[in-house]
Amino acid sequence: MESEKTREERTLFGVSGSERDTREGSQPPADGSTIGMQIRDLSAYYGTFKAVTDVSMDVRANRVTALIGPSGCGKSTFIRCLNRMHEVVPGARAEGCVTLGGQDIYTKDTDPVMIRRRVGMVFQKPNPFSKSIYENVAWGARINGYKGDMDELVELSLKQAALWEEVKDRLKSSGLGLSGGQQQRLCIARTLAVEPEVILMDEPASALDPVSTQKIEDTMEQLKQSYTVVIVTHNMQQAARISDYTGFFYIENMGDPGRLWEFDGTEKMFSNPERKETEDYVTGRFG
Amino acid sequence: MEQGAREGDSRSQTDFRTRVSARHSLDHVFTALVYAATAVGLIILAVLLASVLRDGVPRIDWQFITGYPSQVLPETAGIYPALLGSLWLLGLTAVISVPLGIGAAVYLEEYATDTWFNRVVEINISNLAGVPSIIYGLLGLGIFVNLLGFITGPHSGGQSILTGALTLSLLILPVIIITTREALRAISDSVREGGYALGATRWEVIWGHLLPMALPGALTGTILALSRAIGETAPLVVVGALTYINYAPTGPLSSYTALPRQIYFWIEQAQDEYKVLAAAAIVVLMAVLLLANSVAIIIRNRYQGRT
Repeated sequence: MESEKTREERTLFGVSGSERDTREGSQPPADGSTIGMQIRDLSAYYGTFKAVTDVSMDVRANRVTALIGPSGCGKSTFIRCLNRMHEVVPGARAEGCVTLGGQDIYTKDTDPVMIRRRVGMVFQKPNPFSKSIYENVAWGARINGYKGDMDELVELSLKQAALWEEVKDRLKSSGLGLSGGQQQRLCIARTLAVEPEVILMDEPASALDPVSTQKIEDTMEQLKQSYTVVIVTHNMQQAARISDYTGFFYIENMGDPGRLWEFDGTEKMFSNPERKETEDYVTGRFG
Repeated sequence: MEQGAREGDSRSQTDFRTRVSARHSLDHVFTALVYAATAVGLIILAVLLASVLRDGVPRIDWQFITGYPSQVLPETAGIYPALLGSLWLLGLTAVISVPLGIGAAVYLEEYATDTWFNRVVEINISNLAGVPSIIYGLLGLGIFVNLLGFITGPHSGGQSILTGALTLSLLILPVIIITTREALRAISDSVREGGYALGATRWEVIWGHLLPMALPGALTGTILALSRAIGETAPLVVVGALTYINYAPTGPLSSYTALPRQIYFWIEQAQDEYKVLAAAAIVVLMAVLLLANSVAIIIRNRYQGRT
């Protein structure tokens, strides 16, 4: 199976858990998994405005890491720095160090196109292409030079995204004709089709009804077998249900940049967090 | 104070004069006005069409389409050279202006950053769309006839179909650029981001998604612009479309005349026979125009259906 191969690659390149950086206080204890992405002192700007400051975090391979926090505290900005999508916005830039499988993705000669091919992204609003369902999935694989059986890849990707049964009879019809939840799963399928190492999800279920949300959560449960997932969510139950690690982003004073306030195992974060603001937030006392 | 609530109630009834019937009357007045505005345009167009059709259609026969103009015998004159000249112009202008216009629009919308240079370019393109066509004619005369005449028409002193098409291309480029840019701008950034997130390069996103999505809009602008080009007379007069020609153009470098030029020439003649010829040529010109437009619309709709 494909996932076996990629996992092996990841272990080869991954930094082993014991080499944990201790500069930042609240890195959660290792759980036997390797580090998928390592973030050190990351700050993100829009022009002169600093949106996120000094985030350090280890994203563990084959685990789901959830990012929670009030609106406008930089979760989405942060996640977009992990595949160099942040800089697509005119005037936006990031400082700091982000490594993927031990390799710094922000060096001068790193090609952002290559990084995005390895770190896929699912957006808040479903954004399927104005093409057939089949082409939506096949396009990314084709531009990345996929040489295998395309029909097979499309079917596999749609199955992984739990969409195959609903669309297998109308692969030639437009992806825009699907419902919102189906569109989002189509976007997950097209991301899976290029076989990235990490999948970033920016509130993937926030525009969806509970049934579709459930399906996407089921999909994520499957995904973490073979992928590293980072998900931004406003839904605390969702974070508690699906993630292994949770990071809480917070802005203390109006106008400050967002910070990673606390980062720990999900269970600890939701039962016994270190900081008062985290506890207030996860128990719904504010935000 | 204690009456506040009640006063509030009474105020809500006395301070509003809803006057529904008066407002409806005003509504009717404006409805009538906009109908009238539309009707004026339509009636004038209908009268114009009827008059041209009445004068022109009886004169149209096969001999008129395939014949050559005559200085002495208006009864046997035809429009073959002018018709062919116009078709050549239409085709060449499309071939030149569409890639250039769409290319410039893609640059300005997808690649250009917000620098003063690009802003100057943008403002200039918008202004160029409003420049009178005769000015483009003079530009064409200066560049394509006088300066580049040895390329554009070694045997016609630069006064060739190619010169005419290049001049008309300049004329319609701003319109194509502007409409294509608008079509590109209407595409949500989420499409671009979706493409980038899969590891696509900018060109792959443009070619794979943006251009197909912008094509219907870009084609609409191109159709309008080409319709304008084929009806232009003034710039062609300046860059040397001939008034009398008794052979059909053989290629882009041939001398030529075009339908509007031919029509203009005939209308200037004193005899009534020439006026009839002009009317008949106008009918043919409009038929060519409608035909070209419908072909483009069919292409556009087919493309829209596919995406």
